[in-house]
Amino acid sequence: MRNPLSKKVTDIQPSGIRKFFDIVSEMPDAISLGVGEPDFDTPWRIREEGIYSLERGKTFYTSNSGLKELKTEICKYLNRKVDVKYDYQNEVIVTVGGSEGIDIALRAMLDAGDEVLIPQPCYVSYLPCTILADGVPVTIPLQEKNEFKLTAEELEAAITPKTKVLIMPFPNNPTGSIMTKEDLEPIVEIVKKYDLFVISDEIYSELSYQGDHVSIASFEGMKERTILINGFSKGFAMTGWRLGYACGPKEIIEQMIKIHQFAIMCAPTNSQYAAVEALRNCEEEVQEMRESYNQRRRFLMHEFQRMGLQCFEPFGAFYVFPSIQEFGMTSEEFAMRFLEEEKVAVVPGTAFGDCGEGFLRISYAYSIDDLKEALGRLEKFVNRLRSERC
Amino acid sequence: MRKQILKYIEKKSKVDLKELAVLLGTDEVTIANEIAEMEKQKIICGYHTLIDWDKAGVELVTALIEVRVTPQRNQGFDRIAERIYNYPEVNAVYLISGGYDLLVTLEGKTLKEVSQFVSEKLSPVESVISTATHFILKKYKDHGTVLVKKSGSERMPVTL
Repeated sequence: MRNPLSKKVTDIQPSGIRKFFDIVSEMPDAISLGVGEPDFDTPWRIREEGIYSLERGKTFYTSNSGLKELKTEICKYLNRKVDVKYDYQNEVIVTVGGSEGIDIALRAMLDAGDEVLIPQPCYVSYLPCTILADGVPVTIPLQEKNEFKLTAEELEAAITPKTKVLIMPFPNNPTGSIMTKEDLEPIVEIVKKYDLFVISDEIYSELSYQGDHVSIASFEGMKERTILINGFSKGFAMTGWRLGYACGPKEIIEQMIKIHQFAIMCAPTNSQYAAVEALRNCEEEVQEMRESYNQRRRFLMHEFQRMGLQCFEPFGAFYVFPSIQEFGMTSEEFAMRFLEEEKVAVVPGTAFGDCGEGFLRISYAYSIDDLKEALGRLEKFVNRLRSERC
Repeated sequence: MRKQILKYIEKKSKVDLKELAVLLGTDEVTIANEIAEMEKQKIICGYHTLIDWDKAGVELVTALIEVRVTPQRNQGFDRIAERIYNYPEVNAVYLISGGYDLLVTLEGKTLKEVSQFVSEKLSPVESVISTATHFILKKYKDHGTVLVKKSGSERMPVTL
């Protein structure tokens, strides 16, 4: 029999820490700080709206690009939040989570050999999606001393004549790093200078703790060269609803709709109805969740400081990214021992790129009580490691 | 800051000042001063405990009593409300719009205590026209806290 598989697909490396995940899932009594989704239930009024849509028999496809009502609300929301005006008819597509948006944006924009700049550490899908779209991923290792922000120098050094797209993953998973208006300004200059396009993954935009989130699309002349990706999973605690959206120039969105139409047809109808309610009436719920995350963030930073664990202060998402370099072990070794000895699961930084070596991703999508227990164990573990070393 | 403190202690009145200071990004003294000031101004009126008496194995009832009254000259409902709320067994008294005037709650009493209160204390009050007593059969949610058992989280332990 012939090999049934595509070389392109088999060449994509499975996550190197698969083994670690398998062990975690076999330990039901372990405390996990490894979750990348909110601990809150979807606000009830949103769920209720989803249920109501089922009762009314809203069980059919919507138009490919999404419900008109929802697209209109998305435009109003983006105008209100990040001050960018999109036309709901031509510049918006509702997708199956932000992840689909990333995938189809890359597929719509790349030809074979086009280079995509991916600042790391970052979410795990950009790289394989680039490869699947025949692009060439070029990673930019970000540095802790810059609080894992992308600098203009790092960006410019990575650009070649083949560079076409820059991925901007901020607020960042796994580091929690954000890009402020001042941080973005020099990046915008370089993007324009080299005529690049940006895919800005702003899925954590609602979870910014240092002033409001700023979108790179809001800069003069940037809307024309940016695909803004966002969705409902993180800010509205709607991960399982699988709903996101992409906004950008008509010519790109049109092609994205084409791919989406053939691959997906449309995003889940009931999720779309529920999301209309999320954008219309849930400001208060979102604000409350944000405040709650922020309290936990402050708690973790305080605890790290107390136990002398180095960690830059992140102002976005729900992750902190402490350094474990002082212990002279790899992230994976640390995470494995921590799991075995203290039964707490954290994600090694290397899961998000090689430059995550020496760091851990700790999620604070957990109650303060859970965090307290886990941090107590971390302190015990850290003290033990330190006494072993001296 | 006040609003944030209030929001926090509304749900969790057992305040660890040090912890609250960390969570709100300020210092202990600020929190302590704000709380003291709000206690003085009676913004914070008390620190009560939400008890699920059923779970404690104590068989006590909670009664909601609708009371219709004749308001008194110059005093409106205040005088009659005072006569009722001064009884220590009364848990809460609200002036209500709609079909009746006062809502009186008695908590953690026996059936007999409630009926005695209604027949011997409440009904004989001159301005009381009528009462209707309701007993709570099951508390699902109280003070914003769901009391019925909730299933644990179904999140997967690790997601990227």
